[in-house]
Amino acid sequence: MGEPILEFYGLRKEFGGVVAVDRLDFVVDRDTVTSVIGPNGAGKTTIFNMVTGFLPPTSGRIVFKNRDINACKQHVIASLGICRTFQSVQIFSEMTVIENVMVGRHLRSKTGLILSCILPPVMRPEEKKIREDARHWLRFVGLDASADILAGSLPLGNQRMLEIARALATEPKLLLLDEPASGLNTRETIAMGELIGNIRALGVTVVLVEHDMELVMGISDHVAVLNFGMLIAEGTPAQIQENPDVITAYLGE
Amino acid sequence: MGIQRGSIYALVAIGFNMIYNSTGIINFAQGEFVVLGGLMMVTLTMNLSLSMPFAFLLSVLFVTIVGFLMERLTINPVREPTVLRLIIITIAVSILLKGLAMCIWGKGSLYMRQFTQTGPIEFFGATIMPQTLWIIGILAAVVSAYILFFNFTLTGKCMRACSINRDSARLCGINDRLMVMLSFALSAGIGAVAGIIITPIIQMDYGRGALLGLKGFGAAVLGGLGNSGGAVVAGLLIGILEAMSGGYISSHYMDAIALIVMLFVLFVRPGGIFGKSEEIRLKEF
Amino acid sequence: MQGKDYIGFSVFVIFMLALPHWISNDYYLGVLVFTAFNCMACVGLCLLMGYAGQISLGHGAFVAIGAYAAGILTTHLGWSPWLAMGAGVLAAVFIALVIGVPSLRLKGHYLAMATLGFASIVHIVSVAAIDITNGPAGIIDIPRIKLFGFALDSDIRYYYFVWIIFAVGLFFAINLVKSRVGRGLRAIHGSEDAASAVGVNITRYKIQIFILSAVYAAVSGSLYAYYVNYIDPGPFDIMYSVLLVTMVAVGGLHSLWGAVAGGILLSLLPELLSMAADTFAGVGIAYKPDYDTIVYGGILLFIMLFMPEGLFGGISTLGSLVFKAIARMAGRRYPSG
Repeated sequence: MGEPILEFYGLRKEFGGVVAVDRLDFVVDRDTVTSVIGPNGAGKTTIFNMVTGFLPPTSGRIVFKNRDINACKQHVIASLGICRTFQSVQIFSEMTVIENVMVGRHLRSKTGLILSCILPPVMRPEEKKIREDARHWLRFVGLDASADILAGSLPLGNQRMLEIARALATEPKLLLLDEPASGLNTRETIAMGELIGNIRALGVTVVLVEHDMELVMGISDHVAVLNFGMLIAEGTPAQIQENPDVITAYLGE
Repeated sequence: MGIQRGSIYALVAIGFNMIYNSTGIINFAQGEFVVLGGLMMVTLTMNLSLSMPFAFLLSVLFVTIVGFLMERLTINPVREPTVLRLIIITIAVSILLKGLAMCIWGKGSLYMRQFTQTGPIEFFGATIMPQTLWIIGILAAVVSAYILFFNFTLTGKCMRACSINRDSARLCGINDRLMVMLSFALSAGIGAVAGIIITPIIQMDYGRGALLGLKGFGAAVLGGLGNSGGAVVAGLLIGILEAMSGGYISSHYMDAIALIVMLFVLFVRPGGIFGKSEEIRLKEF
Repeated sequence: MQGKDYIGFSVFVIFMLALPHWISNDYYLGVLVFTAFNCMACVGLCLLMGYAGQISLGHGAFVAIGAYAAGILTTHLGWSPWLAMGAGVLAAVFIALVIGVPSLRLKGHYLAMATLGFASIVHIVSVAAIDITNGPAGIIDIPRIKLFGFALDSDIRYYYFVWIIFAVGLFFAINLVKSRVGRGLRAIHGSEDAASAVGVNITRYKIQIFILSAVYAAVSGSLYAYYVNYIDPGPFDIMYSVLLVTMVAVGGLHSLWGAVAGGILLSLLPELLSMAADTFAGVGIAYKPDYDTIVYGGILLFIMLFMPEGLFGGISTLGSLVFKAIARMAGRRYPSG
């Protein structure tokens, strides 16, 4: 077992009486790819929303790098080194592809409002650096050819890639991918698997929620299975595939 | 005194709620409906000397048609509605209606006689103007009609279904576009009623719409947007508060009271006094 | 691509500064001075509405605050006009902060209503607080502003003065929208969730931009007070706030140039209409200035229904279509490869 980066202790979330996540105790190790799987409505996205500050937990603790992050706002969590993508792609469709990634450099640059007003961007070295960095991350996901077109006009597969490039541009320690392969065809899914491998090679811990079992079993070091908000199994992909509880949850009995 | 104005705010608030429930839109032209109703009534009774009940019906019908046309011509054709665009469209309609009212009825305020020409009535030691009784009676009638319509008629139930979940309602075969149209027409009609009954007291002019609309919206949020029972209570409450502040603070600032209440509610408890805290969190403000 | 706006900016500034060569009539210069006030407020509002995506139906109130600060402090307390303008800006910053923090937690219709309510309260106070604002009678004898001891007492001098200040304001705004902060704002407009997920502090940015737009409005108001030397509550009713939104929306929400175009067009509209009235009169239609409101409403409605990107957006879409068509034709004539 490696060193933990993200830990959950007794995490619970209710929506008006409906329990979405219940008593979750779970640890994500540094430099791994961890997948969270489970039927629809099992509470996977809710966990992501709690980690990234979009929803407050009803009770329990979330610990990132030995720091309690329960009460942090979204942008603070991003600044600590956690970034996410969304199940329904959330790109800035009215901005160009490279501008999308440049927004991702927001945390790594610091020109404020007043200086922005006074000095034109072309005269600021920081702006040039932001553009170069953004281009680097576009190359990383293979989108540098479409840098100057509007993000909204990209096909869905590329939009997912762009979302990941934007998240990587924040230089996260932990990247949460919410169904990165949903809506992608087989070829794109394979490319996504390779990309996730490359991200891991950068030293970024990846947690993904995904339904595509081939992808999950192919790239994960660790798999957690949720059902009705409860953790019913965890282990290596091989262990999970043989676990009778998991088979029951998926196939029903 | 406060009850009279309060009843008007309640009616305006019900008008807001109707359109809000069926479309999620806040109609910035709601106050203009009130003005049009009042001005039309003045023309029909004072200039054309029609009888009160007949003029009342004609004025309401006229404004209902305006509401119907507004929905058909400006809301229905919008294919990619964004909140900002819809807000600006209803603002544009309100400017247009205000401009038309100014050109047709002029800039001065118009006088109208009370519905019945009897003197003040003694009532448990208090003197009440007959017009106040008319206002309270008509408010009660509108609210009863509203309750009957939404609870006991098929169309009313369809409209409620649309307001709860438009997509499911459509799947059940309800024509949701028709319901939107109806809600605009009815809401305009209710606005007109408010204008008609208050005109004998405040004298109507073309420019009153914005403030009446704002105060009515204040009542709507205080009662919880979309909750028409709450709107009635909140409207009366604001009216009484206004009348009291006119007595205690200064009549100059009277108009600001309803607005301050509105801002306070929006800032502190946007779900209104009757809203459940849980619902509030789920709604988007 | 980067420099396009700066070229446009230079052309625009040179044009505006050269304009008095063709217009020597003081009346029309005055109209153009008023145009500059409106454009100033529009640019600020455009930053808020077009870039950060937050509506405000209350910016007329900030114009009023700038104007009243200028009027009250120079006449009652004898402050210098520049100092009074600075105080007006500070007052606007403070009030924008107090109103903005709770308001900007609201969205869409609620934000619109809250800001409209705020504008209405400011208007009511300006009428009712007779001790301070002199109520409906207004404040008279507001001094003219001096620049380096040089009195700006003629229309032509004031024309250059306000358009240069406007140019500086526009320059700042162009810089801003192209900068890191501007990208953050556009990101908020695109998706608040995604913007906050990559670390944009959306609450802070919304408030900052609300304050900045209030500053533009307050400066516009102060300049107005020093130009007409008299202020009363009349021009600052909620209709003025609505008019500012109309200008920005008609020109095109998503571009500063649209806001400028809308500001110029709607400021000149009464003049254009009264010129047109002569033409109408020739064919037997008696056009009256009273009809202006209808025309405003009609234009706004038309634009929102048929050109939601605004005049400027519509024209640039049209322009790029024409450009593409020409390129296609050219391509057909000279097939490449």
